Amino acid sequence: MSEPFDISTWTCPLPLQNYPTIVMGHGSGGRMMSDLIRHMFLPLLDNEVLHQLGDAAVLDIDLDLSRLAFSTDSFVVHPLIFPGGSIGDLAVYGTVNDVAMTGARPLFLSAAFILEEGLPMEKLGQITTAFAAAAEKTGVQVVTGDTKVVNKGHGDGLFINTTGIGLIPPGVQIAPGNAREGDAVIVSGTIGDHGMAIMSVREGLEFETRILSDTAPLHELVETMLAASLDIHCLRDATRGGLAAALNELAKSSRVGISFEEDRVPLQPAVKAACEMLGMDPLYVANEGKLVAIVNGEIADEVLAAMHSHPLGQEATLIGRVVVEHPGMVVSKTGIGGSRVVDLPAGELLPRIC
Amino acid sequence: MKYLDEYRDGELTRKLLSEINQAVTRPWKIMEVCGGQTHSIIKSGLDQLLPPEIDLVHGPGCPVCVTPLELIDKAIALASQPEIIFASYGDMLRVPGSEKDLFSVKAAGGDVRIVYSPLDALKIARQNPDKTVVFFGIGFETTAPANAMAVMQAKNQGIKNFAMLVSHVTVPPAITAIMESPQVQVNAFLAAGHVCTVMGYWEYQQLVDKYQVPVVVMGFEPVDIARAILMCVKQLENGQAKVANAYARSVDEAGNLPAQDIINQVFETTDRAWRGIGTIPLSGYRLRAAYHQFDAELRFPEIQTINPQESSLCISGLVLQGLKKPNECPAFGKECTPQSPLGATMVSSEGACAAYYQYGRYAANLDQKEDI
Repeated sequence: MSEPFDISTWTCPLPLQNYPTIVMGHGSGGRMMSDLIRHMFLPLLDNEVLHQLGDAAVLDIDLDLSRLAFSTDSFVVHPLIFPGGSIGDLAVYGTVNDVAMTGARPLFLSAAFILEEGLPMEKLGQITTAFAAAAEKTGVQVVTGDTKVVNKGHGDGLFINTTGIGLIPPGVQIAPGNAREGDAVIVSGTIGDHGMAIMSVREGLEFETRILSDTAPLHELVETMLAASLDIHCLRDATRGGLAAALNELAKSSRVGISFEEDRVPLQPAVKAACEMLGMDPLYVANEGKLVAIVNGEIADEVLAAMHSHPLGQEATLIGRVVVEHPGMVVSKTGIGGSRVVDLPAGELLPRIC
Repeated sequence: MKYLDEYRDGELTRKLLSEINQAVTRPWKIMEVCGGQTHSIIKSGLDQLLPPEIDLVHGPGCPVCVTPLELIDKAIALASQPEIIFASYGDMLRVPGSEKDLFSVKAAGGDVRIVYSPLDALKIARQNPDKTVVFFGIGFETTAPANAMAVMQAKNQGIKNFAMLVSHVTVPPAITAIMESPQVQVNAFLAAGHVCTVMGYWEYQQLVDKYQVPVVVMGFEPVDIARAILMCVKQLENGQAKVANAYARSVDEAGNLPAQDIINQVFETTDRAWRGIGTIPLSGYRLRAAYHQFDAELRFPEIQTINPQESSLCISGLVLQGLKKPNECPAFGKECTPQSPLGATMVSSEGACAAYYQYGRYAANLDQKEDI
């Protein structure tokens, strides 16, 4: 979880102290915006490239035989700070994970902050601190950024967009269309933690729980897996739409069927209980630190063993197989021996009435 | 998880299924009344594991599905007003009204909020004294006690900016209507365990006496369902018709008396229109005169004239009476999907059509080897 922002450690806080909240002037392009960048963002995210504050970052990348991975994501989570994390670390890990799902090591991030007038400066500080800590933990440099301010009522406090660039080492061939019959389907840990942590603090649905978001960077886990075998065919981080959406997207891209056993899917008891209470299916609940891997069935044990050696993969489980039947479709075997199609979710997850 | 996993036990379910197999000798049509049960049956794949003689037909017990179009349109009219905060159970937001749904109202700037309990709507009212909070009070006897409690608390605490748009329905009159319908041939009913937790099952004795059909109170997990079906089949095969309780860990004959008491204090029975079915006499609750100040239809009389006509394409009424299976509808999976539902049965995850779509749409295509 992000530490509370310590206002006393700011460098030259004077210009900002006049405004305990974001005002339109912070996005005007003038001195106030410059102060915000120089006193809030730069000290926390500083590096040689960002420090130049150029219109674009110039990156020295030695490609050699590597390939580039490039991904962007926007973060609009509500509330901004939630059990287990905040929009700050989410914005780093979300894009880092998207890049890592190609097998790449993430190197650089851009950061665009869209601030709503009235956002408390202290909250922005807290979130930016979490953002910086996440970038440092992940080993990515934030090399370019942007700040905009929108009128009160035109944003939800703070939106963040990040774009990431990473390097895919030679020999790694991971793509959503690469699943083959007989491949093993592995999930890296318990599902539904993030979605239920958010749900537990939403207005109107608050319930007491100790569920924390699983927000975490997955690139090291991926590196550990690739060190065990290069025969990893597909990776997907199971964010919105949950495990069900990730499996459906892979089945459709690869034109194969996926069959898995519901009872094998790792699930925290508290998440299971919360899902039961709200009438939600954990297969559809969002994750922010879990991946699905489809790997050559013959090396599944090696990959699993490697995952188990990493803190974020200790509960990694083989849940199913890639099959030739029902191409494009995901079918689960239920606990009582029946089967059902696990389709894409229709829209927003809605708590059931009873 | 305790009290859950043991009722999802595969071995015990298969044992009960094999007993059903041994007991059954001829075809029976058995209706599970509640949409939550339909959902559970399809989700666990239990329907595929039953012997072919047993035809489960899905009943009218989905509160989202049977809430009449008129009430949805009234909800939409209220939610569109700038001085109103409209609070609802989540799955009502996607139910199509005659022109749009509550999600569209929200997108157009209406203040529509999802709550898990009517007491949370009351909290929103306390926090927003300059607005009126209208809660969509729908559901069967299961949601009625909490909804009654919210209205009672609003009165006791003097919260004047709270109102309820009431569309409550009750189970026994619906079963009577189904048995009175000349087209319907249901041999037995699986009663909704949570409704009986509140109301008990004493009301069903007169239905059993009058129509000579077994009624078995059923829970929601695979073991509960298989056990209830077995008890039902045994009665049918022996020519018996009794009320039986296969959900004794939650239900007794009298039910939850304090819950019934609060329902009776706040609500009285009234004729109620059921979407797709029509008006069933004395099948709903409305607020008693002492609580009329909280009745949204009385507080906002301009909505009383809203009276739309149902689309002719949707056969949800036939589905809700067990006359048609969802996949027998020509629009099923084509014009009508969960993304763009024609009728409410395709919206709620308890709706029979949505349950079929989500879990069984491609059942015919599945590899037979996967089935046990």
